[in-house]
Amino acid sequence: MLKMTKGHRVLISGILVGTSFILKEILGYVPITKIVMILSTLIAGAPIFKNAYEAIKYKIVGIDVLVTIAVTGAMFIGEFWEGAAVTFLFMLGDYLESRTIEKTRSSIKELLDLAPDTARVIRDGMEIEINPDEVLKDDLVIVKPGEKISVDGTVMEGNAYVNQAAITGESIPVNKNLETSVFSGTIIESGYLIIKADKVGEDTTFARILQMVEEAQDKKANTQKFLEKFSRYYTPGIIILAIVLYLITKDIVLALTLLVIACPGALVISTPVSIVAGIGNGAKHGVLIKGGEIMEKLGTIKVLAFDKTGTLTVGKPSITHIGTNDITEKELLRLAAIGESYSEHPLGRAIIHKAEKEIGEIDAVPEEAEIITGQGLKAVIEGKTYLIGNRKLFSANGVDIKAWEEYLKKEEDKGQTSVIVGNTENVLGIISIADTIREDAKKLITNLKSLGVKRIVMLTGDNKRAAKAISEELGIDEYFAELLPEDKVRLLGELQDKYGTTAMVGDGVNDAPALASADLGIAIGGMGTDVAMETADVVLMSGSIRKLSHAIGLSRATVRNMKQNIYFAILVAALLLMGVLVKTVNLSFGMLVHELSVLIVIINAVRLISYGEKIGKTNHKSQFTMHN
Amino acid sequence: MITKIYQLETLTCPSCSAKIQGMLKKTDGVKESEVLFNSSKVKVTFDETKIESETIKGKINKLGFDVLSEK
Repeated sequence: MLKMTKGHRVLISGILVGTSFILKEILGYVPITKIVMILSTLIAGAPIFKNAYEAIKYKIVGIDVLVTIAVTGAMFIGEFWEGAAVTFLFMLGDYLESRTIEKTRSSIKELLDLAPDTARVIRDGMEIEINPDEVLKDDLVIVKPGEKISVDGTVMEGNAYVNQAAITGESIPVNKNLETSVFSGTIIESGYLIIKADKVGEDTTFARILQMVEEAQDKKANTQKFLEKFSRYYTPGIIILAIVLYLITKDIVLALTLLVIACPGALVISTPVSIVAGIGNGAKHGVLIKGGEIMEKLGTIKVLAFDKTGTLTVGKPSITHIGTNDITEKELLRLAAIGESYSEHPLGRAIIHKAEKEIGEIDAVPEEAEIITGQGLKAVIEGKTYLIGNRKLFSANGVDIKAWEEYLKKEEDKGQTSVIVGNTENVLGIISIADTIREDAKKLITNLKSLGVKRIVMLTGDNKRAAKAISEELGIDEYFAELLPEDKVRLLGELQDKYGTTAMVGDGVNDAPALASADLGIAIGGMGTDVAMETADVVLMSGSIRKLSHAIGLSRATVRNMKQNIYFAILVAALLLMGVLVKTVNLSFGMLVHELSVLIVIINAVRLISYGEKIGKTNHKSQFTMHN
Repeated sequence: MITKIYQLETLTCPSCSAKIQGMLKKTDGVKESEVLFNSSKVKVTFDETKIESETIKGKINKLGFDVLSEK
């Protein structure tokens, strides 16, 4: 009788319970009715009784024990129908719960299923298929359309469109060709690639994400820790209460009913199911939230402090505007690009990059070039001398720039860095260069404000003018410029004191101390940067900053979901308790409501799986409320 | 001292975790143990000269949880 699957056991006891109910209605409480009821109780109850016995051996009083006492008691006083109904409902509930609880974990499971299971490598000039764990560093891996890339590596040959959803949560395919980096777990949609393996097996970004998500789902929320502590005293407390109640009222049925309805099942399960569904949703969207506690904190963020370069901006300077006199923009750009040929300066690289994009390959080089540190450079191009640099360069060479002064100022107030291009007599034009703001940054700031983040600040090492220009454009509340890393840490402390929970958002490259000292460190573009992935509490895998509002919205939804579950569980328990005391709730009805409440809590958590997938945001009203 | 991770059948009630945790705590040779509810795993650090992995698996099994795999 012990060897039976859960499903079969539920089915058989269900048939028996049904039969006994019909018998009871037709024949009444005759011996045959009682025998069927007892049989049903034994079949459904066997695993419960066995688990209770094992648990008692280790001095643990769980729900099994409570149910066993209640059922034994019911049998003892001749309430066979109650015993049969309670054991059946308990088993049925347990069966349905395990089915639905798997749903709350489904996004994480789907992610785990994305792990590559085979790799094709070239060994001794032959193409062979092996287990991804057997691929060695520097192996050449061949990946064809529809196949998964099994290593982190560099493309050596081929061209392909790759779906990186497993890592970034973005399913729009990205073009990969010679020298670009590819990641394990991503899928080639079209084309083919030969990849040199840089990181294999457990070291790949994808394997580490899986590892972190696996760990994150069981890092408990504070609420959960509290509830677990609570239930440790609650269950034995209920047993004592039931005994006291019996001693006072001498009503054994009442005492037994109390045992069953007081099981804290829904309450204890309320947080972990919400957390796992929330973390799963995040992982699916390229947002790594490292545990329940982080989820709770993220949901209560008051201040968001952003790093500027690389976080709100792309992190690479590029040309924003060109102003000229007597010469075309293209010509100015061409001259500047030739002049900068030998320059390693980031501004010079930005000019060359732009010129190549606008004009095409620049193969001319200056006949002569002299780099003057802190000023710019002097170059002879096609027989003429040109100056490319800042104000200092021009005044040092006696070239008057007064006519351009107003223009220069205006550009600088916009946060631009100006490169002046001229010959030995005149200024020919000015190239304005700035680090471009990420295209989704403005929308993000608006979203964050509508999500109720109190204060959005920017902390940057850059100059005040640039900081001012960017924070004005984005609608940032306050900016702090010309900061050293230690200043950032100090300012974060001040913000925490003033407004409450503070999160620091950075690209993790140079703001590790700030990320670590904030209440919450959020790293952007974690793909491939190990340090950021390890130290931050929340990692946005893709470079797309708008995922941050998904992360914050999701954490709020998760915390809200958790609260709904807790309040609902408490409400049901309280109502049941009252029902029992006024004798409107009997044993089997109490069990039915209890099991239903557990199921409802799980189903409520399952809703988090699809958070953010509907167009528009779900608001409080459309969410599940505890009254229905 | 070695650490093993046992994958169990889906854990559905947190009180099940408490039960496994309690049992392992009282088992000789087990140094540390942690039940991961959401991933349905049990992480056990134990002294392999005092207790075998098979015995631990047997004990978990006896509490009513199938051990699907170990690592």
